[in-house]
Amino acid sequence: MRIKKVRLGGISVPLISIFLGLVVGAIIMLLSGFNPLINYLNLFSGALGTPNAIGEVFRSATPLILTALGFSIANSAGFFNVGLSGQALAGWLASVWFALSFPHLPGFILLPGSIIMGALAGAFWSGIAGFLRAYFGTSEVITTIMLNYISLYGTNAIVKGVLTSSDADSTPLVPIQARLRTPFLEKLTGNSTFHWGIVISLFMVFVIWWLMKKTTLGFEIRSVGMNEDAARYAGMSTKKTIISAMLLSGALAGLGGAMEGLGNFQNIFVNTSLPDIGFDGMSVSLLATGNPIGIIFSALLFGILKIGGLNISISSNTPSEIVNIVIASVIFFVGANYIIQYLISKIKTNHNSSKLISNSIKGGHK
Amino acid sequence: MDLMTILSTVVSTTLIYSAPLIFTSIGGSFSEHSGIVNVGLEGIMVIGAFSSIVFSLFMSKTFGWMTPWIGLFVGGIIGTLFSLIHAVATINWRTDHIISGTVLNLMAPALGIYLTKLIFDGKGQTGFISQPLASSKIPVLSKIPIIGKIFFENTSIVAYIGILVSIFSWWLLKYTRFGLRLRSAGEHPEAADSVGISVYFYRYCGVLISGFLGGIGGAIMAESITLNFSGTTIAGQGFMSLAAMIFGKWNPIGAMGAAAFFGFAQSLAIIGKYIPIIDKIPNYWFTIAPYLITIIVLVAFVGKSQAPAADGSTFIKSK
Repeated sequence: MRIKKVRLGGISVPLISIFLGLVVGAIIMLLSGFNPLINYLNLFSGALGTPNAIGEVFRSATPLILTALGFSIANSAGFFNVGLSGQALAGWLASVWFALSFPHLPGFILLPGSIIMGALAGAFWSGIAGFLRAYFGTSEVITTIMLNYISLYGTNAIVKGVLTSSDADSTPLVPIQARLRTPFLEKLTGNSTFHWGIVISLFMVFVIWWLMKKTTLGFEIRSVGMNEDAARYAGMSTKKTIISAMLLSGALAGLGGAMEGLGNFQNIFVNTSLPDIGFDGMSVSLLATGNPIGIIFSALLFGILKIGGLNISISSNTPSEIVNIVIASVIFFVGANYIIQYLISKIKTNHNSSKLISNSIKGGHK
Repeated sequence: MDLMTILSTVVSTTLIYSAPLIFTSIGGSFSEHSGIVNVGLEGIMVIGAFSSIVFSLFMSKTFGWMTPWIGLFVGGIIGTLFSLIHAVATINWRTDHIISGTVLNLMAPALGIYLTKLIFDGKGQTGFISQPLASSKIPVLSKIPIIGKIFFENTSIVAYIGILVSIFSWWLLKYTRFGLRLRSAGEHPEAADSVGISVYFYRYCGVLISGFLGGIGGAIMAESITLNFSGTTIAGQGFMSLAAMIFGKWNPIGAMGAAAFFGFAQSLAIIGKYIPIIDKIPNYWFTIAPYLITIIVLVAFVGKSQAPAADGSTFIKSK
């Protein structure tokens, strides 16, 4: 009944999944009459061919690293945080709102202040779900979904009603000293939207790695995720741990939103749907199997696929959505890693047993 | 507007907006009673919406007024095929149910828009259908004084069908041999297996039924509300249905009731400004209301959600 666990090097499942995902994409392109090889070449040259493109890849990976870290922390505690996009939006709104409210503050206060406000807003938003789960046992899947939509429509109402004077759809740009994009970086990357947020993202990767591996809180979060009852029996406060994990998760998502608000767009506008960075962050984290270092590479791959995908539809008729099909397939294979491992072990054992048989035959002849 | 008009408008918009949620949330309860968590309802709805709209655009000349009804069926069939991905992944390949459901949600809009662009020369959205699922009156019942005018005139017939489906599903799950066996797969698969029930078969049934009903739900959404297919045709209705199912405590009738409530809350956002007294409330409160009320009700009345005992588990048959 118990499955024998097949251990593979941690990285082989993601790599095989990426390969199989690209194969699925290629098959779909072949079936619809496009040339997959040329398209994939265009994809990678579009993402890595010019300094501008590379800047865009890093820019799009920046918030994904943060939302993915957020997802992985909640996931280690056994929670499924589907609310990343709502929390990111809350962070986006708070960071822009703060920056617009105090345009005369010097940069060394305004910029960190805005970023911190973004993190706090995200933490507050996910904290609601964590609190309700800890004290009322309400399913966090439902509360975070509901909070996503409250965040979306609430943010839109605030943008239209509070942040703009005449019911406009977007706010003015945040003051120059609160921007993460700088002329230096623009010059470096051929006028891309690359911004300093990448430094914050990489720093947070280190912080989260340290927190999860080296601190008591990290240990408690992982314990609660593995077995809530056992953790309580060992004397840990599960309620406190649940709420801390959700607060951290939301703070990271909020930071991701602040990257969009202060870096990518430098303002906030009326959104028709929830920002992609939430669900994409989830995929990034799944692909990296929650490993903080893996998240960096996984987010960069997503950046390459997203930015390169634009080039596919420029240089051929292939719809750029093929990239999202590839991404979905990759996540599918990450999830189905059991079958991949099973097939690999089968191939291996067949190999071994045929060796054994041939050896024994040789032995028999002696 | 007089009271009668207001009441009948509220009822009809409520029904129109709740119909997609009713079908999808009943589907969700089948899947979860068999032990498979289905967060992929959103994706299933997207595929249902896409296929019914494409069918309607190409076949409305052939089928005339029957087009939307056949379109619902087409949406259901394609939804069933799409949910097969979830079934194979979770039942045979031991994929985490939530990851697999997320894959459906990622795959459906990508595939839907990819195919839309292929079929309609690079356009990201389809044209509008000429044969929508229009509201109409129900023959005999609309003759009843007062009640007939409020509930059965100019109304959404599919919503009433949805209510009937929910009662039928409740009966099916609660009293029939099929329903009991399906639920046993979701409550205690090992016990079910020990008495010779094929857990795999019933789990497949649960997921495929959710695919069929979810596909219909998406088709209703597209054919009666948006009237075309684009990336925003299904904007969270699948998740709302999931919430309705939990809100209704996994009971098809409860899910239907919760879905009707969500429909009511959404309809207030549309017609709130015509109703005296509440027309002073800014519109965004009505937009937020359904979600806010769900959380409050969930916390205050439902408390700890009681899912089927083995919901979300992987069953591995012992050799």
